[in-house]
Amino acid sequence: MLLLIEQCLNGLQFGLLLFLLAAGLTLVFGIMDLVNLAHGSFYMLGAFLAATFAAWTGSFFLGVVLGLLATLAVGMVVDLVALRRLYGRNHLDHVLGTFGLILFFNELVRLIWGPAGLNLTLPAWLNTSVELLGGIRYPTYRLGIIVVALAVALFLYVLVMRTRIGMLIRAGASNREMVGALGINIKLLYTLVFGLGAALAGLAGVMQTPILTAQIGMGENILILAFVVIIIGGIGSVRGAFIASIFVGLVDTIGRAFLPDLFKLVLSSAAASTAGPALSSMLIYFLMAVVLVLRPEGLFPVAGK
Amino acid sequence: MNAVLTVRGLVIIALVVALALVPLYVVLAGNYFPLTLFTRIVILAMAATSLNFILGYGGMVSFGHAAYLGIGGYAVGIVAFEGVYSGYLQWPLALAASALSALVIGALCLRTRGVYFIMVTLAFAQMVYYIAVGLDRYGADDGMTIYRRSEFGGIVDLSNKIVFYYVCLALLLGSIYLTWRLVNSRFGMVVCGARSNDRRMRAIGFPTTRYRLTAFVIAGSMCGLAGALLANHTEFMSPAVMHWTRSGDLIVMVVLGGMGSLFGPLIGAVTLLVLEEVLSDVTEYWQIIVGPLFLLVVLFARGGIDGLLAGANRD
Repeated sequence: MLLLIEQCLNGLQFGLLLFLLAAGLTLVFGIMDLVNLAHGSFYMLGAFLAATFAAWTGSFFLGVVLGLLATLAVGMVVDLVALRRLYGRNHLDHVLGTFGLILFFNELVRLIWGPAGLNLTLPAWLNTSVELLGGIRYPTYRLGIIVVALAVALFLYVLVMRTRIGMLIRAGASNREMVGALGINIKLLYTLVFGLGAALAGLAGVMQTPILTAQIGMGENILILAFVVIIIGGIGSVRGAFIASIFVGLVDTIGRAFLPDLFKLVLSSAAASTAGPALSSMLIYFLMAVVLVLRPEGLFPVAGK
Repeated sequence: MNAVLTVRGLVIIALVVALALVPLYVVLAGNYFPLTLFTRIVILAMAATSLNFILGYGGMVSFGHAAYLGIGGYAVGIVAFEGVYSGYLQWPLALAASALSALVIGALCLRTRGVYFIMVTLAFAQMVYYIAVGLDRYGADDGMTIYRRSEFGGIVDLSNKIVFYYVCLALLLGSIYLTWRLVNSRFGMVVCGARSNDRRMRAIGFPTTRYRLTAFVIAGSMCGLAGALLANHTEFMSPAVMHWTRSGDLIVMVVLGGMGSLFGPLIGAVTLLVLEEVLSDVTEYWQIIVGPLFLLVVLFARGGIDGLLAGANRD
């Protein structure tokens, strides 16, 4: 029972990390109609930049903040230099162009930081555990990830639904020319949104680094999971991404933790130990297939798309 | 009459003749490395040709095509691992396994359109990748060595590298011919029609999804056969064959060479793989050059190399 609660928290934490990635992806897609495979590269860059800045400044928080600002800047530069030219092209062009960017960034990171990964050490007060209700001890840092990600989700909601910028973003999504005609610099707005998406992905990467270290290509597998989230949640919908990412995070984590044991009840232990891990890694894809059969548009499709 | 003697026609003829002469060069120069490289190029060109059928002609952007390469390869590898080396069993099995997976994956993916389709094919390919990683008996992450190439009862000896190269080349030309026949058939016309205007095709009474699915399965099994060749070529199979970047490479080959052009994927495969080979001699960090190059192709050369050749003739 204690294990179950702990795994639920882990799942929630993983799901929220996925949400940070998926939110950026779905915003960029919903607003600019751009498929960005290189989104995972910002996840990786955020981690490497923050770890480097933290080592330079000697401060965890200063490093993280500088790292995120740098990721934001890189995102905006990428938009200005390359992706701006891809808006309005077909999706195959987006896929190819951003696939090229992934190769570029992976190799750039290898060139700058070398093939080995980087560590980001937690300050002592975060590297503890707290006691939750019922006497479960849970790492403070993982709890911190949950809190930060929830705060970011709230911030996104307020930004998109309650501010003038958010109003412009939504207006730009439904009619780009009209917003431009009303005297809004829509290109600048797009660049800002893209930078924001990059910074969100960077934040997810940074938060994962103390647990898993920064590595080349770290953003790719999680990016595909973020795609699964978007397919389940419905493309362009931040709310759908939020619910779907928590769902996927929970199913994946709990499946990995308990499926092998469940199989042992039914199968011989040898068969279970081979089938268990393989099947639990397939679980979320099954989930995606089910959603595709029942609701091809995703669970929360954006109205009018 | 002059249709063949255009710049484009000459380049294609020169390319095919050059490919046919690779073994001659190898024997004369006594250097076997180019043969290994070009066998790989020919096999991947066949995979790219199969992708071109659904991507270039059918408009289905499958970002998971390398999965069928792996399924075909694993079919050969697993059967060989269990001690059966007969190609008469291995190759049909590779075809059947990849066709069946393409049927299941295609039936699910074709419920979606556009970007969804890209993401869903990618996700399912990733699932197949993880299944291979989970195959403990067959080497899991590390892959497995295939100790003997497929045997065809003494009719062809695949362990002879030159014979094997010609088998691959023949199958590549065969798949290009098959694509040509398909595209010009009624079936192919419907698939192409569904790309340009699906709604109109359905309005005049074609169940386009069924046609698309059939095309998807044909492409999947063609790629599965390429996978069987690849397993025989490398004598090794690992999940890395199905890594999602391999699917990306296949798309790059198709687009670089020219989408919806019969010989485009071949031109693309030769260009990309030779370029990789040359650049990796120059610098260890060759991808830093190749990556932006893809972006440039997308931005400035959308018809691919074949498009440029066709354009050169028009001037």
